[in-house]
Amino acid sequence: MDILIGGILLGGTYVLMALGLQLQYGVARIMNLANGEILVAGAFGAFWFYSGFQANPFLALIVIVPLAFILNWGIYRYLLSPLVRRAKSRGQLEVDSILATFGLSFIFVGLMLAVFGGEYFSYGYLERAVIVLEQPYGLNRIAAFCASAALCIALVLWLNHTRSGLALRAVAVNPTAASLVAIKVARTSALAFAIGGAVTASGGALLSMFLTFDASIGVIFTLKALIIVILGGVGEIRGTIVAAFMLGLAETAVASLIDPGLTLAAAYLLFIVILLVRPQGLFGSRS
Amino acid sequence: MSGTDKRNFALAAMALAMAALLPLFDTGYWLALGVSLAMYGVLATSWAMFSGPTHYISLATAAFFGTGMYIVGGGVEILPFPVLVVIAAVAGAALAVLVGLTTMRISGVYFVIFTLGLAELIRQVVTWVQTTMGSSSGLYVLTEITESMIYWQLLLLLAVVYLVGWRINRSRLGLALRVIGNDETVAAHVGINTAKAKVILFVISGTVASVTGALLAPRWTYVEPTIAFSPMISFQVVIMALLGGVHRLWGPLCGVIPFMLLWDLISAQFPNQTTLLLGVAFLLIVYLIPNGVVGLIESRLKRRSSGNG
Amino acid sequence: MKRILKTIGIGALSISATFFTLGQLQAAEVIKIGAVAPKTGPLAGGSTVSHWPNLKLWVSQVNGRGGLKLKSGRAKIELIEYDDRTNPGETIKAVQRLATQDKVDFIISPYGTGLNLAAAPIFAKYGYPQIAVTAITDKVPALTKRYPNLFFLLGNTTAFTQSVADILKKLVADGKIGNRVAMVNVADAFGIELANAARPIFKAAGLDIVYDKSYPLGTQDLSPVVKGAKAANPDAFIAWSYPPDTFGLTAQAKIVGLNVKAFYTAVATAFPVYAGKFGGAIENVLGAGGVNPDSAEMKAYRKAHKEVTGKDADYWASPVVYASLQILEQAIEAVGSKDRKAVTAHIKANSFNTVIGPVRFNNQNNDKFWTVGQWQNGVFHGVSSTGRPGAKTVKLKSGW
Repeated sequence: MDILIGGILLGGTYVLMALGLQLQYGVARIMNLANGEILVAGAFGAFWFYSGFQANPFLALIVIVPLAFILNWGIYRYLLSPLVRRAKSRGQLEVDSILATFGLSFIFVGLMLAVFGGEYFSYGYLERAVIVLEQPYGLNRIAAFCASAALCIALVLWLNHTRSGLALRAVAVNPTAASLVAIKVARTSALAFAIGGAVTASGGALLSMFLTFDASIGVIFTLKALIIVILGGVGEIRGTIVAAFMLGLAETAVASLIDPGLTLAAAYLLFIVILLVRPQGLFGSRS
Repeated sequence: MSGTDKRNFALAAMALAMAALLPLFDTGYWLALGVSLAMYGVLATSWAMFSGPTHYISLATAAFFGTGMYIVGGGVEILPFPVLVVIAAVAGAALAVLVGLTTMRISGVYFVIFTLGLAELIRQVVTWVQTTMGSSSGLYVLTEITESMIYWQLLLLLAVVYLVGWRINRSRLGLALRVIGNDETVAAHVGINTAKAKVILFVISGTVASVTGALLAPRWTYVEPTIAFSPMISFQVVIMALLGGVHRLWGPLCGVIPFMLLWDLISAQFPNQTTLLLGVAFLLIVYLIPNGVVGLIESRLKRRSSGNG
Repeated sequence: MKRILKTIGIGALSISATFFTLGQLQAAEVIKIGAVAPKTGPLAGGSTVSHWPNLKLWVSQVNGRGGLKLKSGRAKIELIEYDDRTNPGETIKAVQRLATQDKVDFIISPYGTGLNLAAAPIFAKYGYPQIAVTAITDKVPALTKRYPNLFFLLGNTTAFTQSVADILKKLVADGKIGNRVAMVNVADAFGIELANAARPIFKAAGLDIVYDKSYPLGTQDLSPVVKGAKAANPDAFIAWSYPPDTFGLTAQAKIVGLNVKAFYTAVATAFPVYAGKFGGAIENVLGAGGVNPDSAEMKAYRKAHKEVTGKDADYWASPVVYASLQILEQAIEAVGSKDRKAVTAHIKANSFNTVIGPVRFNNQNNDKFWTVGQWQNGVFHGVSSTGRPGAKTVKLKSGW
């Protein structure tokens, strides 16, 4: 039971890391290697509000989310859409976006380094024990989990029950066909990219409650997010959520039952085995 | 062998010989830079031999590189260095066969991230084994091998890579690969054993990366998992090869050389904004040189020859 | 085609060569000192706390005094910094650049065991003294024999683990705690080395290791580790940890209620941000390092560090890095010139007054250093050392 709850809490953390990338890659077709840096920027934002104004990370979201939205919209509009227009094929776009966002991630690291310095940042918020079924858990992890659950529900509702959500899904499935039914592909992609960035940044703000971070640590989150998105299947929000919880549960189970030293090994093994059985990820369909 | 071939051979041999003279003139900074150039030159060229024709972007370079390095780290006090390099080559090849055979169903971005996950898996297993076996001796590589020797070894490896690449381009395998790159389904239909072709290439590139790791272990002296298996190695190799151009054998080198020089210039001139400026340089390159350095050179050449004609 | 390539290559080379020669035009009465350490990459978090601020402090103090006293007069320090991005290839290149292009007079040792060892052959080749601080190894004799310019200041793996074992052994002997020890380590170089050194030493000290696990670097959820340790019902908890997991383990121990009487985490326990995050909860937490905060030199150092860099120094490596710079300074001034051979010989043969007390190298190795510290009333006091005075008595931890 302890493993189950611990795993679900960790899964919630992973959802926050990966959901934004899924929107950016699945819809806007940008494999954003700067995703982790956006997350760290969100964490820095929350830290700054916490240490400067004693504002808790949830309040900080009110500022961080719109800022991240605008920033990412701008990145897509001015830096990436020229590449999208230029690309002759999806493969070409993949190569270009890898190169461009890799550069972008360096720029972000450099900027955060200049603004905040290179040392470790860590602050304790809601670092209290909550007893669930006789086992203690960190209140901040539970709070982050609740926030990520709320975020997932909101996203799924929006995607499935609104017009703009429908447009997003249509672009995810087939941009060419979507443009034929009068969906503005470029705008929808920009929207998806911006929302993805905002989700990632808010994830960073929430994770900063219990993770130690520094300006250069983003690549770790990017790697994790890439693994989860691919495991779930490209363009599949459900897949990402399931994959995140699967990894969370697997890691916690291995850490508790076998050896904590093998947690990450087990996670990657799971990823590899699943991909060997289902080469398009859990929910992906062969195109 | 045709006339152009002979000429190219002579030119390549001359370039190599000139490069090999470097340690006679300077064993300081330029040699250090030369080792970095040779290291990434070998890695990027061998990477592109697989990824260029097949369009499969592999992020597993660090897995092979780290494996080679760890084999030297673990065995340097037991076995002579050349034996370890051979073992590293065999291990790299074996690993690549294993990976190659299992991943053949996976393509596109799934393959990219699969190889990334694989590299991380190997790193995790290696560190776990190291910490549970309880031996720290494997971490130190203290030998009498000098930087000049490492440089020459890498150059030799580069020459071998070029020879192999040239042979493959001439062979049925090269033709098969080009068909696969254009359309894998067509390739399968015309009776090409696509799996075999891809695995062979993957094995070559994995072996070379493993040997490179083994050769560099004495230079780094202290083998740490975070550094030996750093995902940054994989990313940099991909980036440099793509910047150069992956459709010509000499393409990646065209990416490695200017890129490393630029990188170095930025590190030297702007030590506090290195990362930031590197990022800016990156973006500029992507926007201004859309088809890589090779694309740039070839379009220039084409323009010149059409201007003359 | 090949020719064009070569032209491009030569062009680029000559352009960069011009840049370097331009950089070499310098005024007189300057002593050039180079520094290479991570500003980005995995080790940047540590080097920005313990390494770089001390360089800044030292250079500003020395230049504030008018420079280093040489026989030819005062020479101001010109510091040339490079970021190696935590990549040994870059460290090697940057040290080579400092030695052969910038032609600096002295080079501050790099940061971290791996990067120091990668650079050691170059320091040796050009005869630069390398006073390594953040390099902790058990190969000191072999390495110093191999590199006659390499000095070790911070200590060795065995001493760090031995001290922890001694502290626990004494607590057990005094009847204050039982002998059950839960031990975890991060599966990365330093963590692995410490854990491997600790196992036989703990056993010899009569301690019973009831939980012994590693966890990968970058583990995001350490609660299974801490819960597993708690389930083993230990009397003491020892973690050979790195900065991010030092924070993670402490937070989890607090949440899970791992109420051992001796709680030890390794690297970063001495960081100011550790106290900033946990506040009073970390009272009596043990960690690697420590200082004697009551000495006049240390007080002055901490005050100056805060004034010049705007940040608090950590309670372990910071003052030792500063001490390495003091040693270099005193040796250069004693020799009175930029003669590296003479300076190295001077460092080998003499004693130096530093912020961490007098330092005298014994076969290029400083064998008097702090090994264990403990948070007591908001200050990380040294509680165990190999010959440094001023150790406080170890106190028992009572809950969080």
